[in-house]
Amino acid sequence: MSDGRISRLRVTFTVILAIIFAVLPLPEPINAARPDLLLLLVIYWSLSAPRISGLLFAWLCGLSIDVLKGIILGQHALAFLVVAYFTHKFQLRIRIFPLSQQTLTVFAFLALYQFIVFWLDGIIGQPVTTWMRWLPVISGAILWPILVAGLDTWNRRNR
Amino acid sequence: MVTLSSDSRNIIGRGPPLGAGLFFLGLVSVGIMMLDHRSNYLETVREWLGAAASPVYTVVQAPGQAWDWLTSSFADRDRLRTENAELSEQLREARVKLLQFDSLREENVRLRAVREASAGVGGRTMIAEIMRVDVDPFRHRVRINKGADDGVFKNQPVLDAFGIVGQVVQVDKYSSTIILISDSGHAIPVQVNRNGIRTIAVGAGDLNKLSLPYMTVESDVKPDDLLVSSGLDGIFPAGYPVARVSKVERNPADTFALVEARPLAQLDRDREVLLLWADTPAPVEPPADEPARPAASESKPAAETATATPAQATSGQPPSAPPAARPQSQSQPLQD
Repeated sequence: MSDGRISRLRVTFTVILAIIFAVLPLPEPINAARPDLLLLLVIYWSLSAPRISGLLFAWLCGLSIDVLKGIILGQHALAFLVVAYFTHKFQLRIRIFPLSQQTLTVFAFLALYQFIVFWLDGIIGQPVTTWMRWLPVISGAILWPILVAGLDTWNRRNR
Repeated sequence: MVTLSSDSRNIIGRGPPLGAGLFFLGLVSVGIMMLDHRSNYLETVREWLGAAASPVYTVVQAPGQAWDWLTSSFADRDRLRTENAELSEQLREARVKLLQFDSLREENVRLRAVREASAGVGGRTMIAEIMRVDVDPFRHRVRINKGADDGVFKNQPVLDAFGIVGQVVQVDKYSSTIILISDSGHAIPVQVNRNGIRTIAVGAGDLNKLSLPYMTVESDVKPDDLLVSSGLDGIFPAGYPVARVSKVERNPADTFALVEARPLAQLDRDREVLLLWADTPAPVEPPADEPARPAASESKPAAETATATPAQATSGQPPSAPPAARPQSQSQPLQD
């Protein structure tokens, strides 16, 4: 059971870092392409430690993004929830995908996430229509292999 | 391949099924969204959630604040001296303007008393600092370090030394979010200072541009006209400078002219802004003889601009409001 506790600590730690990263001021040219690190982490932990990071965990992560950057509460929470649902549903399969295929899957998840946020923006009546809003999907997919490599190494070493 | 760091999800057995979790939490999200969007039930919840997030802001801002502290404590003497000289110069200029302002205000109060109008400009202000945190790269929103604890309220007008910056959209306990007038979801009712034509300035999603989509082709507006807030929304007090018209394009075939203005407030350079508590509710003027006015003032437009622009900076009041019926709500006592 100590294994679970260590993972739990690890999850909490990475999530806090990702939340800080979400509001960190970045220089203008790359600000629009800021990857959704927290969502990537939610996907990663849903694949790697599904008992610890369930749907409620994903939902709370989304809610924290709502509090920090959102227009209304529940918008990002819902998008996180849907992505986490699909990740959990196909967890056994996605986990053993080769990295290239996994990156493609994550790309699709990130696009789904952005689409839900975009769609809800439209319903609220404050849509953001520039193409730049899709940049985080690409930057997130590029970040995925690096994230997996880093966190996997960390997980194996400290097991 | 992702390493499994704890047990995998059970294939069969314990735990609520995924679909149920999705359904339940999805329902909760939708419910929260509707409550938050349609009504103000969640204001206090948001306030406290925002308070819970304040440690994050503290951490994020720490490097910037440390840097500020370092640069200010190691600023060299020469720079401080020049800065000091500049500031005292500015103060002197401001004093001179203020001399005028006092007499103008007296005159204004007198005139308004004659016309039984309510007092316009005035009120308490508080300086708030713009926090170095990212809110949304695609929206013109910034976060300031004053919140409900400092008396900030929703829809409070925010100014800087040059004009109107925006308004408060969301209040947390220790911080709040403001929306800039340049956000594409923001609109502010304005008045051309020269002749009192009322219109609405809509943000264009560009920090240097507001668009005025409701100016007819015949309306009397020229580049360099000053736009001041008209106070019709009951949010922004009347008479504060908003923008200067930068472009007017008239196509006789269209109903509306293409008019653009440049915000006067330094939306992209401000580090500090002023929160305003207006004394009196802004005078609400009925949208009276709007279409008739342009034609009437068309006769001598050139002479007016030259004289109108320098004066308003000190008076801070639109010179002419339509002499049409004043609303009943203005029987309140004069303040200021």
